[in-house]
Amino acid sequence: MMNLDAFWIIVTGSLVAMCCSLLGCFLILRRMAMVGDAISHAVLPGIVLAFLFSGTREVWSMLLGAATLGVACTFLIEFLHKKARVQSDASIGVTFTWLFALGIILISVYAGKVDLDQDCVLYGEIAYVPLDVWFTESGQSLGPRTVWLMSGVFLLILTFVTLFYRQLYLTSFDPAFAVAIGVSTSVWYYLLMGAVSLTTVAAFESVGAILVVAFLVGPPATAYLLTDDLKKMLLISSGLGVVASFLGFYLALWLDGSVAGAISVIIGLEFLLAFVLSPSHGLISRNRKLSKVASA
Amino acid sequence: MNTLWEFLSMQDANVRFVTIGSVLLAASSAVVGCFTVLRKRALVGDAVAHAVLPGVCLAFLLTGQKNPIIMLLGSFITGWLAVVVMDIITSKSRIKEDTAIGLVLSVFFGIGILLLTAIQHSGNEQQSGLDKFLFGSAAALVGQDLYTFGAVALLLLLSVVLLYKEFKLISFDTNYARTIGLPVKRLELLLTTLTVLAVVVGIQSVGVVLMSAMLITPAAAARFWTDRLGAMVIIAAAMSAVCGAAGAFVSFTAPAMPTGPWIVMLLSLLAIMSFLLAPSKGLLSRFLSQRRVRRQMLRENILKTLFHLGEPTGEYQQSYSKTQILARRQLPLRRMQTQLQTLSRQGFVVKDTQGWALTPAGKKEAQRVVRLHRLWELYLTEYLQVASDHVHEDAESIEHVLTPELEKRLEELLDYPTADPHKTTIPQQTS
Repeated sequence: MMNLDAFWIIVTGSLVAMCCSLLGCFLILRRMAMVGDAISHAVLPGIVLAFLFSGTREVWSMLLGAATLGVACTFLIEFLHKKARVQSDASIGVTFTWLFALGIILISVYAGKVDLDQDCVLYGEIAYVPLDVWFTESGQSLGPRTVWLMSGVFLLILTFVTLFYRQLYLTSFDPAFAVAIGVSTSVWYYLLMGAVSLTTVAAFESVGAILVVAFLVGPPATAYLLTDDLKKMLLISSGLGVVASFLGFYLALWLDGSVAGAISVIIGLEFLLAFVLSPSHGLISRNRKLSKVASA
Repeated sequence: MNTLWEFLSMQDANVRFVTIGSVLLAASSAVVGCFTVLRKRALVGDAVAHAVLPGVCLAFLLTGQKNPIIMLLGSFITGWLAVVVMDIITSKSRIKEDTAIGLVLSVFFGIGILLLTAIQHSGNEQQSGLDKFLFGSAAALVGQDLYTFGAVALLLLLSVVLLYKEFKLISFDTNYARTIGLPVKRLELLLTTLTVLAVVVGIQSVGVVLMSAMLITPAAAARFWTDRLGAMVIIAAAMSAVCGAAGAFVSFTAPAMPTGPWIVMLLSLLAIMSFLLAPSKGLLSRFLSQRRVRRQMLRENILKTLFHLGEPTGEYQQSYSKTQILARRQLPLRRMQTQLQTLSRQGFVVKDTQGWALTPAGKKEAQRVVRLHRLWELYLTEYLQVASDHVHEDAESIEHVLTPELEKRLEELLDYPTADPHKTTIPQQTS
């Protein structure tokens, strides 16, 4: 039962999954998984302000507003941590909750003018993707708008990661060496964060913050248990994300529930399987190795 | 003024509930938050807050009603389970803590969303308002909530007071706590349980996302005002209580304004001010003291240069023009002007038509700095076997911070030397 709507929803999920996987692998290797979570909440005031200034739900103004706040959030986290010497996890926590509170207050102030509520922000409904179709001047349907947007973002992220794989790799694994050969860690930190902001923002309205966080952390963490090779990790985690989008959609259909929620559940199951069964880093192989050491 | 009086008198029962509830919640989560932040587990609260949702939904699915006690129990169980799962993931695999937090957070919340939407679509009439758990609403507090808040707040505060010493130890020095025979594992579990409890209760009034702010923000702010845990806990609780009341006041004057976000907004502003302005640890005070040290160093370097210029002839109080000074040593010219003026105010240098000259007091001061420099060079070559052509840089920075006590010890150690490694005379102390 694969109709056109199902197809578009799964395609959207897969595109978001691949963008997030490519970036998420670098995030978790740099121990910055929670920065993704922070950005995805901190963009709220940006979206509200963009609504207020442009007066429309136009995609570009929204993207701009949210991306600005996303990058501002990473700057603030770095500033509080490096300059004001706030403990790193606390600086993440203080920054994103503050910006989120600001967003909610803005929504309440302009309640009548902004057609936006917290529910749709936290778990945006991917099931509505097929409804927003892009028509040409002559009235021909080009498919859902979101799919076009996410495809563009995906190409951008893919180009970014392939072209600058070496720099991203070095600054993630061996920052000291990277600095020694003249690769600036902070430039690549902000470029990576900029890419995360862009992805979060683009995926926001269609799939919601929580699924973005799930895609950023889940598939990369699962892949991290399955391989030691970064290139393979990027491929495996993208694949896992696509599978989760597919299975999640049907789980949601079966339970008559949120697609975003169901995809997160599948991501959790994938991780659980790898956690227990991974041939190299799983619970079972780990125990076997330990008992071998013990008996030897 | 009238509004403020009306608010403070608490005639209105609703105002009373919201205010007292907010203050209790804010203060008790701040107290627990101090320990979570010190144990570098600040973001665990965020994961717990998200993990509450499936518990609420399951409690509703199992009982079919919205009994607040059962819902609290449900959310407590899944919130607690989330922490256990996080611990298992980090201890049994190569996944790092932050990744485990993000994973547990999104997967538990995803399960919750799936259940919630499935319940909503099932056509059960009872379910409406279930999602209020997600976003919280302090304004909707009623008398019964206040009793729950009060009881939980009391429980949290009492546990912290009774086990203060133990919690302090496991937050700062787990290994030591273990050696003196404390049940570290059980205490950690108890602290986690208290955190989960604070989160579970707090969510109803401020919502999932802002709950982590109630734990983290006051603790992070208080950390900047003190180094003592006791003071930190009290400052955090006081800040939170004030912001709790102020948040309630804002939504009292403007009913459209949500209480929770305003509490967090005020707390954040207070925290950011603390980061910038707190004495000794704040950004501004560190900046000022760094500038003070830099200027002091510049002044001492000027004196030293004048001393060096006089050394070949022994005419220390001769005056030198700025070009002569700069030829001997590169100094930042623009800043030098103001420092020369400060020095002359302090009576260390005098200005005449040809330039600047050391006064007797200035000569003594310069001599002290030069002495320290050469003593340190000697110490490095004699005791640390550093080659004599490598010691200058190091002495250049240490000379400004050596205390008279250290100076004395250095002299004793080096047996009252008269010449440094470059065979230049070490000026003796003239008292």
